Amino acid sequence: MEECQAQVLSSRPNEAGPRPSVPGPQPSPGEGRRVLAALSGGVDSAVAAALLVEAGYEVIAISMLLAGNAEGHDGGCCSIDDFQDARRVAEQLGIPYYVLNLKDAFRTRVMDVFTSEYLRGRTPNPCLLCNRDLKFDLLWQRARELDAHFVATGHYARVAYDQATNQYHLLRGIDQRKDQSYFLFTLSQLQLARTLFPVGRLTKGEVREKARTLGLKLAEKPESQDICFVPDGDYARFIEGRIATTKQQQVTSGAIVDEEGQVLGTHDGIHRFTVGQRRGLGIGGLAGPRYVTKIDAQSGRVSVGEKKQLMTRGLVASDVSWVNGPQGAEVLAEVKIRYRHPAIPARILLQGRGKAEVWFRQSYPAVTPGQAVVFYDGDQVLGGGWIEKAL
Amino acid sequence: MHPIYLDHNATTPLRPEVLAAMLPYLQTHFGNPSSVHAIGRRAKQGLESAREQVAALIQSRATEILFTSGGTESNNLALNGVLRSARARGAHVVTTAIEHSSILEPLRALAHEGVSVALLPVNNEGQVEADVLAAALRPDTVLVSIGLANHEIGTIQSIAALSRITQERKVILHVDAVQAAGKVPVDVNVLGVDLLSLSAHKIYGPKGIGALYVRKGTKLTSLLYGGPQEREKRAGTENVAAAVGFGVAATLAAQELETNAAHYVFLANKLCDGILRRVPGARVNSPVKDCLPNTVNIGFSEATGEGLMMGLDLAGIAVSTGSACAAGSLEPSHVLLALGRDPEAAKSALRFSLGKDTTEADIDRVLDILPKVVERVRAAHSGPSNEE
Repeated sequence: MEECQAQVLSSRPNEAGPRPSVPGPQPSPGEGRRVLAALSGGVDSAVAAALLVEAGYEVIAISMLLAGNAEGHDGGCCSIDDFQDARRVAEQLGIPYYVLNLKDAFRTRVMDVFTSEYLRGRTPNPCLLCNRDLKFDLLWQRARELDAHFVATGHYARVAYDQATNQYHLLRGIDQRKDQSYFLFTLSQLQLARTLFPVGRLTKGEVREKARTLGLKLAEKPESQDICFVPDGDYARFIEGRIATTKQQQVTSGAIVDEEGQVLGTHDGIHRFTVGQRRGLGIGGLAGPRYVTKIDAQSGRVSVGEKKQLMTRGLVASDVSWVNGPQGAEVLAEVKIRYRHPAIPARILLQGRGKAEVWFRQSYPAVTPGQAVVFYDGDQVLGGGWIEKAL
Repeated sequence: MHPIYLDHNATTPLRPEVLAAMLPYLQTHFGNPSSVHAIGRRAKQGLESAREQVAALIQSRATEILFTSGGTESNNLALNGVLRSARARGAHVVTTAIEHSSILEPLRALAHEGVSVALLPVNNEGQVEADVLAAALRPDTVLVSIGLANHEIGTIQSIAALSRITQERKVILHVDAVQAAGKVPVDVNVLGVDLLSLSAHKIYGPKGIGALYVRKGTKLTSLLYGGPQEREKRAGTENVAAAVGFGVAATLAAQELETNAAHYVFLANKLCDGILRRVPGARVNSPVKDCLPNTVNIGFSEATGEGLMMGLDLAGIAVSTGSACAAGSLEPSHVLLALGRDPEAAKSALRFSLGKDTTEADIDRVLDILPKVVERVRAAHSGPSNEE
């Protein structure tokens, strides 16, 4: 998972000169610019804020209360301890600190969507939903309230401005293992123009070293790995709890079948499954491991098969967007089909209305509906879309 | 420029006279007031004269004052002390929907233990009406708890009228006077109350000390065991220096009550009128009459209190909005919701609470800065968030 509120400082043009209309180069810190920096209580966002202070920005630190009441809510990104850690960082940097209450928006725009996606047999990525529909918009709204010119997060990614085209580019973080550009492909030109990712030019090791140099107590703090609002990782129980609370949706139970349609067993709900999943299928006595290959939300049928049946040549994506504007009908790129996945060469065929077919050069296992497919040209994020189904 | 502090309902600075009175009790007169020797007796003397000073603020007897760790403990002690001692199964307690969380939360906990709790509605100015209270009382009602002055909007209840009802029905009346003390006259006999909570740090005393007035004859169970202190109602070595500070603060508050009240009224009116004149869409949430003289609560349509508070803070002006959760984020005001304001309005309010040292120049500066902050926050909320 993305570290909550993780983020980039990039090479921004410092020239004053006439401002292009949309969006124009970012102003330099020397202009006394105010930045709203998100602090999660983790080391990345802390170092991001520290780098901005060093660069001469006027930094206002904020944490976002997204989930829970911060009471009896341990782990995840919204525990009292995390806010205390963030508060201490702000004190140490000598900058104002506030906690924004975004619980209502997070519930409707992330948790509810997360729940209904699982109930539709898909595997949503809440960090993507949060970045697309909540975090950057609401941060920017707060930034405007406070007369701030930028928002900053601790994501490992970079933004670069191309003066010739007056375009902002979204680039991978320098640290390939930590790169979080996957989570940011939905950012618009306007959002990129006013977003800073100060740690994008550093490796994780450098970030920790910087934290140590600054004497930040959280330099050695372990990374959050889980979904922030499901700190125990039991998302099925979380979904069942949401259903019990809202009483608006229900789980779809059904049969577990093999590739021939033969019933191997039953299950308590499709939300408990993800394409590619091997464990917890509740079926035994078969020669060799079985994987979930397909989830049919209509019938509640979960298909399982051998590893080779997970292999697929491509996928259909919807809501495809491009960081630097629309492309031709066919785009060659490397694509990532989930966060922890190598970029693989593919041909993207645009089909109108935001749909695209993505054909891999060779077969890959476990295309998972609900996740994003993100398109790269080397370090540069071209765009991405949302996986509907395997081809 | 010096920061402007308009959050005196949250806390006040320690007065120099108070600090000076406290210092000897932190070092020279360090004794344990329960000790029999001279050093102990000296501390005891300071403690007991402080008790008399606090009693004088509310026209009670010193023997009716228990020192606690503050308003929250006083409220907890009053509620638990009565409901645990008088508790027949399913005892009934009546309070209002606009109380401070140190009333509502203990009652929520007691409700889990089988106490039944009635939350009285208030009118749109935050007043509890006498006939509403009368109708809510049941044969098994043992306690009524009502705040004398509301912390967020400043409404002052007509406690004297309400206590006639509780006395007639032989129900114990607890009044949280934490916000009222030092701002308006508080006389336990005029009010007709059985229990009354006070806090030192709201009247320029130290934090960590408060008091509970317990009318003679009112049965109360202790929450803390382990010693005979405070008439066996609150075990633990007394916070002598803080009590001494509380005593001095109480005396000064009583002496300066009228002068300060006139000062508050003048500045609060200036602030309120100025805001209404300069900021379109501002709406006063505080009641027109029967309001704490230092408290002005105003809603700003199309803006969030959270954003306004942050914007003012960055401009060096401290105000408050709603109440903060454990993490420090703001929740919509339950008080404004209870007044019938919609959730958006409940999120759009700011509370300005003036202090004795607030100046006219402070108010002028607020009136200069606030309209710009409101305008900016409103602009951020209007139009698509992606627009530059």
